[in-house]
Amino acid sequence: MFDDRSPIYQQIADKIKNDVLSGELPADAQVMSTNQYAAFYRINPATAAKAFRQLIDEGVLYKKRGIGMFVSGEARPVLLAQRRERFFREVVDVMLAEARVLGISLDDVVRHIETGRGTQK
Amino acid sequence: MTYSIEARDLRLDYRGSPALRGLDFRLAGGGIYGLIGRNGSGKTSLLSLVASLMKPTSGTLLVDGEDPFENPRTMPDVCLVQDRVKDSGDEMWKVGGYLRTAAALRPHWDQEYADRLVDLFELPQRKRLSSLSLGKRSALNIVIGLASRAPVTIFDEAYVGLDAPSRYAFYDEVLSDYMAHPRTVIMSSHLVEEVDSLFEEVLILDEGRLLAHEDTDDLRSRGVSLTGPTRAVDDLRPGLTVLNEQVLGGTTSITVYGDLDEDTLSHARAAGVEAGPVRLQDLFVHLTRKDRR
Repeated sequence: MFDDRSPIYQQIADKIKNDVLSGELPADAQVMSTNQYAAFYRINPATAAKAFRQLIDEGVLYKKRGIGMFVSGEARPVLLAQRRERFFREVVDVMLAEARVLGISLDDVVRHIETGRGTQK
Repeated sequence: MTYSIEARDLRLDYRGSPALRGLDFRLAGGGIYGLIGRNGSGKTSLLSLVASLMKPTSGTLLVDGEDPFENPRTMPDVCLVQDRVKDSGDEMWKVGGYLRTAAALRPHWDQEYADRLVDLFELPQRKRLSSLSLGKRSALNIVIGLASRAPVTIFDEAYVGLDAPSRYAFYDEVLSDYMAHPRTVIMSSHLVEEVDSLFEEVLILDEGRLLAHEDTDDLRSRGVSLTGPTRAVDDLRPGLTVLNEQVLGGTTSITVYGDLDEDTLSHARAAGVEAGPVRLQDLFVHLTRKDRR
């Protein structure tokens, strides 16, 4: 279930963030409880709770006492801004480094993107 | 109801040789704790002391703040499930009668839950224990452990003989019943990969000593594999505990144990070294390897 690359709670937090970004979890939607997450992924509830603590600290989720946890209104715009910044560093820069190794010119890359965009729409 | 468990310089000599060589730890209680170690590392010795099947040779062991040995208050509240039927005299029991006896001994027993588990593991109530397969015996003991709802419930390699679907059914029951009825659960295993995500804390025993006792995620994050050009990897070595090393042509991969700071890691990445995770199972294998002792 988990790829071992980062702590499990981190992976759960990332998954919830992805769901918020994709719109699957809209603002004020309720997320599954700690125990539901623990049973679903077969993990210790303390691990799941750590993920939720982190998401609450980051302002992605908020808690309604006795009811559950919900997606906060500003979660999506904040996450989008963070991801956009990461996109160039972690996706584009990495791709360009690979292109350099392979001897693909920047022009070729740009041309590919432009023609690709044409076919996508 | 949850009980804490505490050991201070706990020692046990068993058949003339030291089985436990001075353990110090405290489990706050109300968690699922993993006890891992190779065969003969002292897991069963430690768990037998907690269940008061034996008396420590020296040192202190406290269950809920009291010495558990022949302690009428704590003994019914500690349920130890082992991978075998304890007493050959039990062989003539029928499954149903064996369960009724267990029910009578356990003050927190839940009969409804026991019935549900008997169905889940398809246990034949009317058969004698002597005619059960190894897997069904394990399942029977697991049912007793779960339905006992004992404040300290211990599964000592309890899955032996269970096939994979039954093992996962067992893990799911441990988890869901623990969440519904929080208690202190200790699971010993060497199938680390299957169960490590259940553990809140892990204790690693090796030759009667406590090698590590940590939050599972913290322990996991201490293991890092570094793979890259041999020279760049060698530059990183000073100050690191290298658990394992593999060389393939000009590429070296080392498994290290310890706290690597972000600075060192980003330097390493810049030099072409890839940092990857180490599975708890591998960490355990490397930490307890014979040539490291």
